[in-house]
Amino acid sequence: MSAKFSYQRAVSIKDAAEATGRPGTRILAGGTDLLGCLRDGVFQTNRLVSINNIKELKGIRSRPGGGWRIGALTTLTEVAEHRQILESYPVLAQAAASVATPQLRNQGTLGGNLCQRPRCWYFRGQFQCRRKGGETCFAEAGQSLYHGIFGASQCYIVHPSDTAPALVALDAKVSIAGRRGTRLVPMSSFFVLPKDSLVKENVLEPGELITEILLDAPLTGTRSTYRKVRERASFDFALASAAVVLVMAEGKVRTARIVLGGVAPAPWRSTEAEKAVVGKPLDAAAVAAAAEAAVKGAVPMADNGYKVPLVRGILEETLTALSA
Amino acid sequence: MEKPTIDSQGHTGLSRRSFVNSVATGAAAEAAVLTLPGAAAQTGTKPPQDGEMVAVVLQINGRTHSMNVEPRWTLQYVLRDRLGLMATKDGCERGECGACTVLIDGISRYSCLTLAVEAAGCQITTVEGLMNGEQLGTVQQAFIEEDAFQCGYCTPGQVVSVEALLRKTPEPTFEQIREGVSGNLCRCGAYNHIFRAAQRAAELRKVGRG
Repeated sequence: MSAKFSYQRAVSIKDAAEATGRPGTRILAGGTDLLGCLRDGVFQTNRLVSINNIKELKGIRSRPGGGWRIGALTTLTEVAEHRQILESYPVLAQAAASVATPQLRNQGTLGGNLCQRPRCWYFRGQFQCRRKGGETCFAEAGQSLYHGIFGASQCYIVHPSDTAPALVALDAKVSIAGRRGTRLVPMSSFFVLPKDSLVKENVLEPGELITEILLDAPLTGTRSTYRKVRERASFDFALASAAVVLVMAEGKVRTARIVLGGVAPAPWRSTEAEKAVVGKPLDAAAVAAAAEAAVKGAVPMADNGYKVPLVRGILEETLTALSA
Repeated sequence: MEKPTIDSQGHTGLSRRSFVNSVATGAAAEAAVLTLPGAAAQTGTKPPQDGEMVAVVLQINGRTHSMNVEPRWTLQYVLRDRLGLMATKDGCERGECGACTVLIDGISRYSCLTLAVEAAGCQITTVEGLMNGEQLGTVQQAFIEEDAFQCGYCTPGQVVSVEALLRKTPEPTFEQIREGVSGNLCRCGAYNHIFRAAQRAAELRKVGRG
């Protein structure tokens, strides 16, 4: 059982923002990550503020002028099964469906999936690592089987979210409420790397919470997919994944957004891989060039060299699938 | 809690369940929180202090339970250790095994990752709630017919997951069944029997629906 904390229910977004601005307070949504962290003592809290009774944070609604808005409390099951999400944004529906298990998807929210803490076994274990304010990264000399090959500096976590790469690939925006109003942040700027902060994974400040995710209407000719590889067929985080969104026109790739998961401290956009396919027909040569470009600059650790050919393979597979 | 009596051979007069109960709760429960809620009115539970306890009303298997809970208590802890509803199992306590699966408003969730305070006002269903009096529910019946367990520890969670699946998808494909119970580990490896039990349960319910 976790250490004691007090509990209150926020009645409005403003109420939630004010309550969470106070030190030692954390927001409770689905709780699937938070309660595990509290139980394992990864961090402590004096007080939980539940936002689960704030109706305006729930559900999927169409936006005037096209596109969709997904409330932060929408469950992953709801995202994965929503007819319009399935039709217009398969990459997102597939990513949500690939998370964990039916129970965790019934409970876990889209906002929470974006804000979950890393799964590094040193961070989760009883190690005072840099991400917990310590002075050592234990993965550097320790076991690095599930750590990153991109974007590391002093800390080698990978971002565990499946929906995050999909939303970056879709160029979604995240609406953030704070004590002084709301701000809109592109999904591609929402996550931070260790070089920007060693102790947090996104731009949220105390007293801020995600209220909704905004999706633009897909352009004609858009194709998208999410591919996740894990050690077992379900109930696991990605060893590596790829979210790919292409806009095709006249047999050629007009625009491409290729974002990798499970390999970096944030969803890892590969503009090199995108450049390798844009303006070209999606033939075997372009696919191979993109797969090779995606792993350029990878820095494997002692135990995770397998992620390099894995990423290459995932991209060959997804791009080939989208070329049909 | 029932008082142990010991006969001349040293056997206790406790039932197996209440013996297990007393052993299980002995270490975890501090003196002040030993009372099960049914007996709370007579024996006097520790009153709320400094806002540490929260009064909640839990609707479990059609019964109403009014009680005080600490905010940190999970639904799993309350079901087993406070209310004595022992079908819901205590496996990993971190959402990694599925033994504690319950239905909350008809949807399957892990009770180990659900705070009891958050479940207040919802309809909670455990395996006990899938019985019709002393008669087994269709999913339980199917698990017996298909021999879908060995040690049985994961079974209540598996049964609840299949129940959740069939409420949503009355005639699931094999793939949907595999996905439906993918959040429930079985260390005995009875998976193929569990899949068949889910298929059998779907048949039993179809017949039942006429």
